[in-house]
Amino acid sequence: MSRLMSEEGIRIDGRRWDELRPVRIEVGVLKNADGSSYIEFGKNKIVVAVYGPKEVHPKHMALPDRSVLRCRYHMLPFSVEERKNPAPSRREIEISKITREALEPALILEDYPRTVIDVFIEVLQSDGGSRCAGITAASVALADAGVNMRDLVAACAAGKVGGRIVVDINDEEDKMGEADMPVAYLPNLKQVSLLQLDGKLTADEYRECLNLAINGCMQVYSMQREALMKKYFSTVNKGGGDEGGSVEE
Amino acid sequence: MVSIEERKRRLHDNMSVKKTTTIVEQLRRAQMNELLALNKRLDGRGLKDHRELRIDVGLIKKANGSALVSLGNTQVIAGIKVEVDEPFPDMPDKGLFICNAEVLPLASPYAEPGPPDEDAIELARVVDRGIRESEMIALDKLVLMSGKKVYAVFADVSVLNSDGNLFDATSYAVVAALLTARIPKYDVQDDKLVKSEETIPLPINTVPVSVTMAKIGNSIIVDPTAEEEACMEARITIATDEHGRVCAIQKGGSGTFSLEQLSEVAALAISIGNEVREKIKNAVASVSTNNNNNDDNDINKSMAS
Repeated sequence: MSRLMSEEGIRIDGRRWDELRPVRIEVGVLKNADGSSYIEFGKNKIVVAVYGPKEVHPKHMALPDRSVLRCRYHMLPFSVEERKNPAPSRREIEISKITREALEPALILEDYPRTVIDVFIEVLQSDGGSRCAGITAASVALADAGVNMRDLVAACAAGKVGGRIVVDINDEEDKMGEADMPVAYLPNLKQVSLLQLDGKLTADEYRECLNLAINGCMQVYSMQREALMKKYFSTVNKGGGDEGGSVEE
Repeated sequence: MVSIEERKRRLHDNMSVKKTTTIVEQLRRAQMNELLALNKRLDGRGLKDHRELRIDVGLIKKANGSALVSLGNTQVIAGIKVEVDEPFPDMPDKGLFICNAEVLPLASPYAEPGPPDEDAIELARVVDRGIRESEMIALDKLVLMSGKKVYAVFADVSVLNSDGNLFDATSYAVVAALLTARIPKYDVQDDKLVKSEETIPLPINTVPVSVTMAKIGNSIIVDPTAEEEACMEARITIATDEHGRVCAIQKGGSGTFSLEQLSEVAALAISIGNEVREKIKNAVASVSTNNNNNDDNDINKSMAS
């Protein structure tokens, strides 16, 4: 355990308990997509494309009163240590489902009846926390596509490593640590849209972990806003206050 | 396009997810919401009550362990099969535990044959997570020859009748089946495994209990029926161990939870989990005393009652 956490409380990659890995978000990286984004979250490198709202195929999937959201989380064969079979694994199918459910509450799907919105999340290189980084990037790509939204979705994990509650678990901490709790949060509506946990936490640690993860989500949220501002408001708002208009309007 | 007023109304409409439904379903939902406002449910239960839980173990003689669980009208059967296998290269001193679940085509008018869909995959993975993360099975005691031969424990669950909360019913069935499983004992002779006639129980550390709750409007209800699941905005499954620790969580559904609701559901999962744990232990204990007295006909009796 001491390998993961030094006596001074420094983690295996040099971070403190409340420090995120370096994050970089770019908006509009793919020409063909209606919306797209690229995120680097630690060693994670993920590209996301949004197509839609568009006509539904197969047609029977269409809903008369709202749009259908489809999400695919997929890891490229070379994104992990040992080559991953490109066919969707059970893990990827589960993550695709929870990603959809994490994003859905932020979207005003009722504005686009009889259509589908496709979200493709491709993990080019994976580190711990790729589902959170994928959700974060997907939410930015949906905003880039101009889909009506109630809020952005920011995601970040917290967990227990070497006996301490820490934010943003990396790969080694995920494998060797005691607990991993991915959280997705709607910052303005103050709602949690994704919550999972692997590992043991007491009731107090659970609350502490949840609060720390939400704290991480708020930091991620400001980086999402910054990335969108940079693309859409850079000429208007150069050097201006960062408390300008909200991006979801 | 939608007017700004309409947009604002929707934004403040608690993000209620409108699902396409039939008139009957909409009426049923309206009735459910009226009752929930009075802290009542369609089937007469209180908001925090589980349906009647019935556990029958040891019905399948060909399996190492088995359990038939009824949670109200939801019915699932779990079987444990134990084989000898090679360990994963990165975990040479750990046995294997593999959990699978399927919703059989006979389980509901909506179930169809075919490979497991995302719901069935999620079901199996959430049940697996609760058992694995609580360290229910002492996998380090399932090693026969370090790095070469270990026990592989397969838990397969089939849903026979689907009426909501498959997560808890499936989890209880796997836990009860594991608690009563008997596995063959092996002796190592000259670097070879020799199977003995003797059987031993699985090494168990703790009894994890999963509690699933649904959010409808602003109410949190425990153990939703299929009808309630059709109306819910979000769902959360929390597994706890004997020390009252939270071991695994899965939120599902297209809605959200507030922070206050998330502390409420964690506290509920711990207190209700303790009650259910006693029920599981009693069901397992009562049968292990008169072991092997069941014959196959008992399945009919267990299912019909």
